[in-house]
Amino acid sequence: MGRLSVDLCGITLDNPVIPASGTFGFGYEFAELYDINVLGTFSFKGTTKDPRFGNPTPRIAECSMGMINAVGLQNPGVDKVISEELPKLKKCFNKKVMANVSGFSVEDYAYTCERLDKEEQVGWLEVNVSCPNVHGGGMSFGTDPAAAAEVTRAVKAVTTKPVIIKLSPNVTDIVSIAKACEDAGADGISLINTLLGMRIDLRTKKPVIANKMGGFSGPAIFPVAVRMVYQVANAVRIPVVGMGGVSTACDVIEMMLAGATAVQVGAANLTDPFACRDIINELPGAMDKYGIKDLKSIIGGAR
Amino acid sequence: MKQGIYRITENYPLTDSVYRMRLEGDVAEITAPGQFINIKIEGMFLRRPISVFDRDEKSVTIIYKVVGKGTEAMKDMPVGTELDVLVGLGNGYDTTVSGDSPLLIGGGVGVPPLYMLAKQLIAEGKKVSVILGFNTESEIFCEKDFRELGAHVTVTTVDGSYGVKGFVTNAMNTPYTHFYTCGPEPMLKAVYKASTTSGQMSFEERMGCGFGACMGCSCKTLTGYKRICKEGPVMRKEEILWED
Repeated sequence: MGRLSVDLCGITLDNPVIPASGTFGFGYEFAELYDINVLGTFSFKGTTKDPRFGNPTPRIAECSMGMINAVGLQNPGVDKVISEELPKLKKCFNKKVMANVSGFSVEDYAYTCERLDKEEQVGWLEVNVSCPNVHGGGMSFGTDPAAAAEVTRAVKAVTTKPVIIKLSPNVTDIVSIAKACEDAGADGISLINTLLGMRIDLRTKKPVIANKMGGFSGPAIFPVAVRMVYQVANAVRIPVVGMGGVSTACDVIEMMLAGATAVQVGAANLTDPFACRDIINELPGAMDKYGIKDLKSIIGGAR
Repeated sequence: MKQGIYRITENYPLTDSVYRMRLEGDVAEITAPGQFINIKIEGMFLRRPISVFDRDEKSVTIIYKVVGKGTEAMKDMPVGTELDVLVGLGNGYDTTVSGDSPLLIGGGVGVPPLYMLAKQLIAEGKKVSVILGFNTESEIFCEKDFRELGAHVTVTTVDGSYGVKGFVTNAMNTPYTHFYTCGPEPMLKAVYKASTTSGQMSFEERMGCGFGACMGCSCKTLTGYKRICKEGPVMRKEEILWED
């Protein structure tokens, strides 16, 4: 294992950098820009049982040091992900991929995870109980410890691969939810999904986004993410995947010091399509600068 | 698509709020008229997508309207400024289906992408007519550029202060083989209804990334869901699904 490599739930990553779900499609479009095999892995576009168009437009609003999105889980549905997207990915990516799954009922989550669990290229299931942009689903499972635990148990019962539960920061006590997922059998926790936010257009005097509210991401939320990763990593024994505003190699190191075993990069991919490649290239230099020989040795080092 | 550093060699006003900027750098990825570029601006999180007005071997020219903080910053950028730009985004217009006498219809800042299109169609030996729609005389730009290409140009103004009084549709009265349009959505709808042939229409939407990753600018069409930034911004008339 190299000095950048980490172990995430029993699978070795060459480096801890993982493009976050919803910012990297199914990978193959970025493969036209650079060899995506340089990534640790990536988390593919949130997949649901049935195809979804998502929310009406506008879906995007700009903020200082960030953005709000209310895409609403647009995806072709699990059947097409398996029959069309994954075969395209296989041609350009020879590593295990993280399958991101969302749902509107416990049964939905279990069904979609069970289907994707059987796909050879899927290494982990990342279960999104934290989408802020879909009514009656997503986040409602991630804001209640009992509901998050129920989803976790249902998914674990029908799958064989590591299950990582992706949590929402839009809660009073994220630690209790993380612990409930761990107790229900989760193999890892990823956090944070976006923070619920809103912008209003002064000219129209109406919300910028058609859905009114959306998920706030980008460098502005990084300190919130570091704090929550630190809190959760302190409270659970399973690996934590940290994300939220990460956009540089130094951010990756900071997230790992807070307790993250691996680090996802989201909004940065949208402003710079080469962001993850560049972060990976800059990691050795940043490690040298701060006297870090081996990246896995610093996980949780700030505790 | 290519990411590169581009140097401003021109940046000057055409009207009170419309500016013309030339950027020097690698433009090989700009392969069709109607594509756009996405400009990173210091202090702004998202890039600014702007349609291509023209390109030559080593530069791309854009014409942009100052509408917010991003374009406000752009208008004050001095010649020599270097910008991080993604070029060659979007599908662009298809000139192979134009027939021998295509009609190009632009409204306001929808006019610029039609220039490179007109240039290409004329180079292909086609007889090009152009209708340029503006609100009033003081907002008119680029009329001369189109005339110098050898296109037949009609200008309309809503208030009748110059050219034909009314909307672009008031000037769509000579026969054409195919139409190309870009402009505000109400204009696109009116052109769609008034048109008598096949055509191509360029759409606008708030974008996140501009290169197909975020699904921020998706729309429904009769041939499925499309991303304005990737499968668009140009849609064929036959596939457009007007909502509401």
